[in-house]
Amino acid sequence: MENILNDMLLKPHEGTLEYTAKDFKAGIDVRWCSGCGGYSILAQVQRILPSLGIPKEKFAFISGIGCSSRFPYYMNVFGLHSLHGRAIAIASGLKIARPDLSVWIATGDGDCISIGGNHFIHACRRNVDLNVVMFNNEVYSLTKGQYSPTSKVGQVTKSSPLGVLDDPFNPVGLALGSGATFVARGVDSDAKFLQHLFERAAAHKGFSYVEIYTDCVIYNAGAFEPWRNKALARENTVMLEHGKPLIFGENHDKGIKLDGFTPTVIDISNGHYSINDVLVHNENDSTLAFILANMTYNSDVPRPMGVFQAIEKSSYDTKVTEQLAFYAEQPGAYDYDLLLKGEDSWEITG
Amino acid sequence: MKKIKFLDEVTIRFAGDSGDGMQLTGTQFSNTSGAVGNDVNTFPDYPSEIRAPEGTLYGVSAYQIQFGRKHIHTPGNKIDVLVAMNASSLKVNLSNVRVGGIIIVNTNGFGEKNLKLAKYDTNPLEDGILKKYQVFKVDITAVVQESLSGTKMSPKNIDRTKNMFALGMAYWLFNRPLEPSIKWLQTKFAKKPDVMESNVLILKAGYDYCASKDEYAIQYEIKPAQMESGFYRNITGNEAAALGLVIAAKRANLSLFLGSYPITPATEILHFISSYKPYGVKHLQAEDEIGGICSAIGASYGGYLAATTTSGPGLSLKIEAIGLGIILELPLVIIDVQRGGPSTGLPTKPEQSDLFMALYGRHGEAPLPVVAATSASDCFDTTIEAARLALKYMTPVIMLSDGYIAQGTNPWKIPDIEELPDLTPQFVTEPEGFEPYKRNPETLARLWAVPGTQGLEHRIGGLEKEDITGLVSQHPENHQKMTEIRAKKIANIANDIPQITVEGEQSGDLLIVGWGGTYGAIKDAYDKLRSQGKKISFCHLRHLNPFPKNFGDVLKRFNRILVPELNMGQLATVIQSTFLIPVLRYNKVKGLPLYAFEVEEKVNELLKEKE
Repeated sequence: MENILNDMLLKPHEGTLEYTAKDFKAGIDVRWCSGCGGYSILAQVQRILPSLGIPKEKFAFISGIGCSSRFPYYMNVFGLHSLHGRAIAIASGLKIARPDLSVWIATGDGDCISIGGNHFIHACRRNVDLNVVMFNNEVYSLTKGQYSPTSKVGQVTKSSPLGVLDDPFNPVGLALGSGATFVARGVDSDAKFLQHLFERAAAHKGFSYVEIYTDCVIYNAGAFEPWRNKALARENTVMLEHGKPLIFGENHDKGIKLDGFTPTVIDISNGHYSINDVLVHNENDSTLAFILANMTYNSDVPRPMGVFQAIEKSSYDTKVTEQLAFYAEQPGAYDYDLLLKGEDSWEITG
Repeated sequence: MKKIKFLDEVTIRFAGDSGDGMQLTGTQFSNTSGAVGNDVNTFPDYPSEIRAPEGTLYGVSAYQIQFGRKHIHTPGNKIDVLVAMNASSLKVNLSNVRVGGIIIVNTNGFGEKNLKLAKYDTNPLEDGILKKYQVFKVDITAVVQESLSGTKMSPKNIDRTKNMFALGMAYWLFNRPLEPSIKWLQTKFAKKPDVMESNVLILKAGYDYCASKDEYAIQYEIKPAQMESGFYRNITGNEAAALGLVIAAKRANLSLFLGSYPITPATEILHFISSYKPYGVKHLQAEDEIGGICSAIGASYGGYLAATTTSGPGLSLKIEAIGLGIILELPLVIIDVQRGGPSTGLPTKPEQSDLFMALYGRHGEAPLPVVAATSASDCFDTTIEAARLALKYMTPVIMLSDGYIAQGTNPWKIPDIEELPDLTPQFVTEPEGFEPYKRNPETLARLWAVPGTQGLEHRIGGLEKEDITGLVSQHPENHQKMTEIRAKKIANIANDIPQITVEGEQSGDLLIVGWGGTYGAIKDAYDKLRSQGKKISFCHLRHLNPFPKNFGDVLKRFNRILVPELNMGQLATVIQSTFLIPVLRYNKVKGLPLYAFEVEEKVNELLKEKE
């Protein structure tokens, strides 16, 4: 079939694919507040994109509304800054239409799981090959400080002067429950680890979701201190590594043990427990992923960071492409005469 | 010897219980009538309940067909022939049967229980209320049971063939061939030969029953209409719209993407599109209406001809995204199959009350082109026109259909694809001198630069754009300028659409102005009034924004303007405010189509006033 898009896509990329982070920086000033966690996220994304071997013109960054959604303006690739909550829906249409593109979404806790919640859960379930970077700062910042669906109970904000009454979403649990195939969490301050998570997300064929604890220095400063502060983080964070035991603590002397389905903290230095008692992470085990996700608001255990789940499943856009390829081979494909005449046509001769 | 009587046009209505297969019977009758050369117009009328309780008044399902040797613009008003499969279907439809008209009843549907469900105190077949009509009573249930008693068919499947008996009777009555339906049954039930053979047998039995009984003394003959030569098929507005999208994409050398969410009465467009995989069509049944339009915007951004289909409540939900499409200046076809509102309103019933929403229902200054289809088959051409405007002017376009033309049918002359307009757009390919909001000086459309094109990486979005560069700008002069450019781009489309033509006197006393799906009714009324020597004129709008260039001049040549529409006067209000002239209105919001006689009465009243 003649198709002007296919003609364009047939054009080979000219020149090098040897990019540096600088090639992905748009030449405009970044206008987030000084100290905002967004700077680190932006820098890490720009650092890992050159390593992917993808021509620059094949990237599309889509965003909704919120501080995080300024992201595409700072990237020297194709970008679309859309409507509050709708980035994932727009990106889904783009990716289904254009599986050749690497499609990324920059979003926040309000944009992604409040106003955009429906698109989010369905994109998870559909497994569209998108990379979602979710800046979770547990507050609405662009509208100057109201509570969000991830704000803590009791959190005082401009719209909750006496404290938030409603329980927060557990975003990782929400993504898992909605069927996301790649689910990870990191902290804005841990640059190297974020790069690792973004590389993993980019390599994952299917829906990938990376939640990042992002410090909002103006409206929710310090909310993530237990995990951002390196000294505190050692006691409060357990890093997830596939095939490795869940060990944490200043002296790597504590582990997570499953007591039935309940994760508990054990001391592996006192002779009672050993490393063999410690839970070993398995990214392909979706039941385990739920258990780990449930540690999120449990103050008895450290908070897991890393890849909760990475399972291989054919992506929606791939299935669409395969379905069309199948039909294109069948007799009658592109027979427009047949389409228009249908089964019940008749001829009138004058 | 049977007598043959010649008629110009006939309205027949098949009515029965939801499970009686009346939609299928009607479709077959109209297809056969088309095949013998009549012009045909149909309307299915079924309950909004999925399976309403059997035998009830609200469970009646009907299919009405007007066919004739002249051009037929509507499914007819007064019924000449009613086929009533049970008491409820008689009760619901009787008041619309012409005095002296034919009523064929299945007496088996008039038992005690049926009468009670139909809320008849006495049996209408016996109490004399039908004496003004020619009534033919036959126990169809008993006849089909007897005819198929020796077969392997289950009693339930035997009962299901009743509709074929009724169809056979109707074929005899109007001297139609059985072959088209037999051929159809053979294809439909190719894998179930028992069912196929039984249905064919019963179809023939219905025909032979009439032929053999003396009480059926008159057959009616309707000569073929003067139809242009070519291939035809009966098509619903929804199927025509779906085909319009596919063919528009083909003529644009683009792939098609539909993002949609099921909603009555637009859902069938999604059904049809989802069956077009052999034509490379992609679709997404989205999680909601917003996801439907947003995914379409994403596909459009990616270089597809993208569309979304919906009805009023869905259009309400899509409005914010339509505004995004307008500021992004991306092509998008939005099909709104209007139904009665507000809120859930009358989900299965037609209305034209989304005109204001289509024209104005957005925040900010956000004009877009609005077109409206005038008949079922015209949904094809109007969809292609919507796509043409969307691609040429880089804008969302709303195509208005309604529940009446979406589900009704009329014969569609199958076009030669190569003769349809070439809609091929141009993508930017050269980075040299590229700016995202650089415009074609003639159309004012911005350039279409799709992701994947090397050297064209750029950012766009919902924030106000700086002229040419597309950078975010809050500059006061720039916003004024961009608002004016967007408005001018749409207004200029008036130079690119046909001028409106007036039937009848080109100036004078009374001009009827219609729009959209009421064309058939107004045209019938107009033709009848003209044949009576009344000096009136008629024009019908397909383009509602912008209006045809000469529309204002045309209006000013008449002393009085009458706008009949299925709303409280939306077009009338737009005309008054745009052209500063008074407009007479005929407004109907009953969940029913406009009828020709209503327009006739209104016009006669106005003509009388003048005398």
